[in-house]
Amino acid sequence: MKATTRKIRRIEPMIFVFSLILLVLFLFIFLTLSNMIFGQLLGDFTGLIKAVENSSVMGAISLSLYAGFLATLLALFLGAPTGYILARFDFPGKRLVESIIDVPVVVPHTVAGIALLTVFGSRGLIGGPLEPYIQFRDALPGIVVAMLFVSMPYLANSAREGFKSVDPKLENAARSLGAPLWKAFFFVTLPLSARHLLIGAVMTWARAISEFGAVVIIAYYPMIGPTLIYDRYLSYGLSASRPIAVLLILVTLSIFLVIRVISAGWSIYDRD
Amino acid sequence: MIEIESLSRKWKNFALHELSLKIEAGEYFVILGPTGSGKTLLLELIAGFHVPDSGRVLIDGKEVTHLPPEKHNLAFVYQNYSLFPHMNVKQNIEFGMKMKKIKDPKRVLDAARDLKIAHLLDRNPLTLSGGEQQRVALARALVTDPKILLLDEPLSALDPRTQENARELLLALHKKTNLTVLHITHDQTEARIMADRIAIVMDGKLVQVGTPEDIFENPVDSQVASFVGFENVLKGRVLSADRGLLRIETGGAVIDASGDMEAGDQVYAFLRPENIALSKTSTQSSIRNSLQGKVTEVWILGALVRVKVDCGVSLNALITRQSAEEMDLSPGVPVYVQFKASSVHVLR
Repeated sequence: MKATTRKIRRIEPMIFVFSLILLVLFLFIFLTLSNMIFGQLLGDFTGLIKAVENSSVMGAISLSLYAGFLATLLALFLGAPTGYILARFDFPGKRLVESIIDVPVVVPHTVAGIALLTVFGSRGLIGGPLEPYIQFRDALPGIVVAMLFVSMPYLANSAREGFKSVDPKLENAARSLGAPLWKAFFFVTLPLSARHLLIGAVMTWARAISEFGAVVIIAYYPMIGPTLIYDRYLSYGLSASRPIAVLLILVTLSIFLVIRVISAGWSIYDRD
Repeated sequence: MIEIESLSRKWKNFALHELSLKIEAGEYFVILGPTGSGKTLLLELIAGFHVPDSGRVLIDGKEVTHLPPEKHNLAFVYQNYSLFPHMNVKQNIEFGMKMKKIKDPKRVLDAARDLKIAHLLDRNPLTLSGGEQQRVALARALVTDPKILLLDEPLSALDPRTQENARELLLALHKKTNLTVLHITHDQTEARIMADRIAIVMDGKLVQVGTPEDIFENPVDSQVASFVGFENVLKGRVLSADRGLLRIETGGAVIDASGDMEAGDQVYAFLRPENIALSKTSTQSSIRNSLQGKVTEVWILGALVRVKVDCGVSLNALITRQSAEEMDLSPGVPVYVQFKASSVHVLR
């Protein structure tokens, strides 16, 4: 008869307590979302199908995804250079600049919406002069600007951490080999911080499509997903708004899963 | 040829002060200094990674002080080699060629063969040993045929055996290509073995320039002397001077030394521990100094033993472990400390 051995692993009390806390946190998120999703799938599946077939619902969800995508592109365009400067240089007032970039995360989003309206509204600092060319109030540009404002810190901070993780000596080596700074950036620094930028972009996009408070003030129409959910809830109650909420969650979760799978291989470039 | 004129730069905790230096074409020049003395900053200034606060850098007679690094036309190898981790070895070597628009794939293979890394071309650099990474970094730096090679502590990340091979490789490369090499290190042995000339940099200042013999036998001051291994430093006064033989009173002992000081001069006498012999008896010989004392401490350092002896002044001697065992040395044992007058380096 074969002797069997049992592995006895000692678990530190602190690790046991921390693991329990992790479980509580996991259940808090999982139960909240799964209760709604499974409640809809098992209790009212036809409601979900109707929501899929409803063009205004799918239009609002598509608009959320599209506006979020545009906001993320703009955030990349603005956040990556910002992150690079913050990662590579020290300058007077740097701490202040970093704090200001983080402000949109802590400001209540309705306040952000009102602030944006005063700048991008038809009589605003920027919206006024641009009124003949581009309209922000109750239009796609307004939605994008609101999404950009609340989600930008995620990209700027992630880009900064990404560029910080690339040893400046690698850029120096590239430059001594004949690369001008811009080539050293695009051929060395950028590929090595790509994973940080991707994570930042995904977080930015996620934050953008979940935004409601700021968007609803500057552009109630055309309705994005969260605005439509809110509108249906106020007009028709929970049963009318829940299928749209579930649909929005399922669509965004699927996209995030695909991005995670695609980006998994990028970790070989991660130098952390 | 590299010329540095009155170069000053303050950066973070480092500062260089009015540093001037001329490195001839084809020379293997080593900048030696303790950690934190500003050596890497100097190298980065020459490479153009920093702009000096004042002063000029000239390469082959052309001023490059304010030109970007890619216009300095030199190769730079960092201590950690700075290979691009997202490119394989071949792509690393090709990088400089692509940047300089050199289309000659044969060059990559030739460089890889010269440095014995042809079998590693498809590997990721992070999977290579330290010695292999260094050879890739050298291939990458040399494939574009630069005239000047800057090396930042190139051997310090290697184990002792690989260091020896790398030293031979660098010297062979230098001989073959006739490159001007500027190599910085804190390791005296490395500097002594490799350099045609050495510059000592301490606290951001150039303290001494000379051949290895100049630097190691005739240090200009007490700071350099103690850095290059003169561990025993005695402060004293010249009692008499007769045809180059000095008699120096150093606190608790009187020693003989060679030098051209005069009686009454306040001096420092420097003595290397390896130039001191220990004996149980005072033998008559040409050795001019034989001081009676007692062993105070004994440290075993592998095959060697460092012995501290109080002979009026405290002196460190470095002897073999066998000798220490044969003499049965331990704290309290009486010994004679012997050294030649010519082993004592005297400075005012």
